[in-house]
Amino acid sequence: MMETLFYGAAVIALAATLAALTRTNATHALIYMILSLLAVAVIFFLLGAPFAAALEVVIYAGAIMVLFVFVIMMLNLGEEGRARERAWLGGRSWVAPAIIAALLLLEMVLALSHVRDTTSGLMVAPKQVGLTLFGPYVLAVEIASMLLLAGLVGAYHIGRRFIVRRREHH
Amino acid sequence: MTSIWLIPLFPLLSAAVLLLSAGRMPRSLAAVMGAGSVGLAALCVAVTALGFPGGREAQEVTLWTWMAVDDFTPRIAFYVDGLTLVMMSVITGVGFLIHLYSIEFMWDDDSFCRYFAYMNLFVASMLLLVMADNLLLLYLGWEGVGLCSYLLIGFWYRDPANGRAARKAFVVTRVGDAAMALGLLLLFTELGTLDIQPMVAAAREQWPVGATLPVLATALLLGGAVGKSAQLPLHTWLPDAMAGPTPVSALIHAATMVTAGVYLIARTSGLFLLAPATLEAVAWIGLLTLLLAAFTALVQTDIKRILAYSTISQIGYMFLALGVSAFASGIFHLMTHAFFKALLFLAAGAVIHCLHHEHDIFRMGGLRTRLPVVFWSFVIGAAALAALPLTSGFYSKDAILLSAWEMPGIGPWLWAGGLLGALLTGIYSFRLVFIVFFGEAHTEPDRRPGWRIALPLVVLCVLSITGGWFALPLAGIFPARGHGEISHAVEYISIATPLLGLFIAWLLYLGRRIDPARFAESAAGSSLRDFWFHGWRIDALYDALLVRPFTALTHWWRNEPVDALYNGLVALSRWGHRGLAALQTGELRWYATATAFGLLLLLAVMLRNAP
Amino acid sequence: MDGLQVPLDHVLLLAAALFSCGLMGLMLRRNIIFMLMSLEVMLNSAALAFVAAGAAWGQADGQIIFLIILSVAAAEVAVGLSLVLQIQRRFRTLDMDQANRLRG
Repeated sequence: MMETLFYGAAVIALAATLAALTRTNATHALIYMILSLLAVAVIFFLLGAPFAAALEVVIYAGAIMVLFVFVIMMLNLGEEGRARERAWLGGRSWVAPAIIAALLLLEMVLALSHVRDTTSGLMVAPKQVGLTLFGPYVLAVEIASMLLLAGLVGAYHIGRRFIVRRREHH
Repeated sequence: MTSIWLIPLFPLLSAAVLLLSAGRMPRSLAAVMGAGSVGLAALCVAVTALGFPGGREAQEVTLWTWMAVDDFTPRIAFYVDGLTLVMMSVITGVGFLIHLYSIEFMWDDDSFCRYFAYMNLFVASMLLLVMADNLLLLYLGWEGVGLCSYLLIGFWYRDPANGRAARKAFVVTRVGDAAMALGLLLLFTELGTLDIQPMVAAAREQWPVGATLPVLATALLLGGAVGKSAQLPLHTWLPDAMAGPTPVSALIHAATMVTAGVYLIARTSGLFLLAPATLEAVAWIGLLTLLLAAFTALVQTDIKRILAYSTISQIGYMFLALGVSAFASGIFHLMTHAFFKALLFLAAGAVIHCLHHEHDIFRMGGLRTRLPVVFWSFVIGAAALAALPLTSGFYSKDAILLSAWEMPGIGPWLWAGGLLGALLTGIYSFRLVFIVFFGEAHTEPDRRPGWRIALPLVVLCVLSITGGWFALPLAGIFPARGHGEISHAVEYISIATPLLGLFIAWLLYLGRRIDPARFAESAAGSSLRDFWFHGWRIDALYDALLVRPFTALTHWWRNEPVDALYNGLVALSRWGHRGLAALQTGELRWYATATAFGLLLLLAVMLRNAP
Repeated sequence: MDGLQVPLDHVLLLAAALFSCGLMGLMLRRNIIFMLMSLEVMLNSAALAFVAAGAAWGQADGQIIFLIILSVAAAEVAVGLSLVLQIQRRFRTLDMDQANRLRG
């Protein structure tokens, strides 16, 4: 029965992702995206990675997607935004992306065709994750923290409202 | 005993000084330098000749080694034997007279210094040519005289026609020079040396008579001689070369440069004797040329062109002599021809000079009383040219005809042809005299010739008459040639023919017994006349056969198809560049697609190579 | 609670499919917001693959890498969205095909 839960969550994740990427309304796409992330969190939980599942929900869906929401609200795309998106999602532009993505999927399927393992079924507790993190991977923690600092400063600086000069840039 | 290297040095130094003076030298000084240097050289030649041992002995003087490459070490060295002495005497003697004449002739010209510079350079080169010990130095002189010929034909360069004539002369002789260079290469490769005497000796040892190699080598040398001496088929440049000043025509295109070919064959006679086929070719070339030129001279109207064709014809006689192995007779005729042809050219120049540059003989006339010195010069010159008895030309031409008669096999034909040529020579030379100096005067002379013109004319008159009595120191250089029994009939016919020519000319042009104009106006006559007038249409033949295809080819090639290859490469790289630049659209989507595509290919490769 | 024992290739297949979807979205959409969203999808799928691998080995390394990926995604989104704001101000449009001034 748990396996069906897994496959159901997988289908939901896939469908939600597809939906998210084909919407014209940005907000709708975001909601579908959050749905997809939640489904993936369920999958994490089922695989015995509760810490990863919690982080997925809290940080990915809860912080990163919320950032998206803020910006979209700020940009205020509106009805004409949706009309533009509809225009851009016209017929001919699907051909090349679809073909390339399909071929890539095919290749990855071929590459994965001889994997014979199964997941172990063990649960890896947060405590173990914490011990490993601040054990062998402590350098990665430091680097990640520096990365986040850089992201913070960069985002603040780039997002500032500069004095817009009268001269137009072309 | 003077050092013989002084002889070419005087004119060479004078030429250098005159060239470097860039025309700023006062005229009198230039005249003294120009004529004086050649005069000094003539004096040195005279002194050398007086002290000359005669016979087989020759002087050899080595100045320095020109270059030393492996076993090829030509030297700047002079070899003076009897043959060289004859040539040097002619060059400096006649040359000095012509330089003296030029002072007055060219006095009004702006480029007085340049003229004498080129003339001296020419004399120096010609002396180098005849005094050279080895064929390489001879070739240096050969090229030098070719250069000076070009410079002097195109002396009045502001008229493009003169430049064309000079270029024509240069290009046509170049064809011969190329053949000669090949001949030199062949001789060096086979015999190992270019020094003339050792080379001929080596050839005698190595090559049997009639073998292919001597025939080939001598044929190539003959090519060079034919070009320089204006024989068939490379004779078309000489009539056009009359565009230069008349003393130039006298010196270069009558007395000296055009005889360089004859000298070459005579100097390497040892080689030519090993190749009877080539000698026969020489004889036939001489015969055909002398006849062709004689017919053409019959109908010319420009006074200098008549003399030019006459020169071609007379050199044909020299070639005929060489071809029947009568080398000494050929050189003898070379000397006498230098005298009377220079005389005729200088006299013609005096006529042109005094008639303010009139060249057409039918616009002259009656000059017998007005320019007496010139008239007598012309008469004596024409008599020598026609080989009337007791003139110098008579002795030399007679010797040639008799030697031709004696040749086994083709001899009588050669003799008959030479005889016909003599007849025609008589006709055209006296035609010239009668038209220019008798009858009514169409143009009055506006000045008299001065002493600088008259003196050389007089000296040359004397030489044209007495030249036949000189004994040339040619014994021992050429194989002895005794004359066998020749029937007196042959001799008498040979003597009588020029007189017959004189008589016919009198009939046509002076006595007016037969009117040549009636024949010339008829249909057959006028076409024949036109044919002869244009040199048997050989110029037209060359134009159609060689010049037109060449210019068509260059015209077709003017877009440089070989360049198109390189331009094509450039175009290809530009096309590639533009193509690649087009890939950089600046759009994010496009870059993402490209990255995905690359990823696709990469995974495909990895999947192929994976186990 | 213990985890499931699922064939690993199925999970990885899911990750591959999600990745392809994200890639297609990146190539397909012109709006920069959607492109960033597609990037998030691709990052998410990579994270899924790592966690699945960690679960296959029964070790914590997969989740740790997941954590690192999460940090990267967070930093990238922060900077990316501020860039979006600047683009909106300068170009007055979010169409990425208009922002081609770096073309060659």
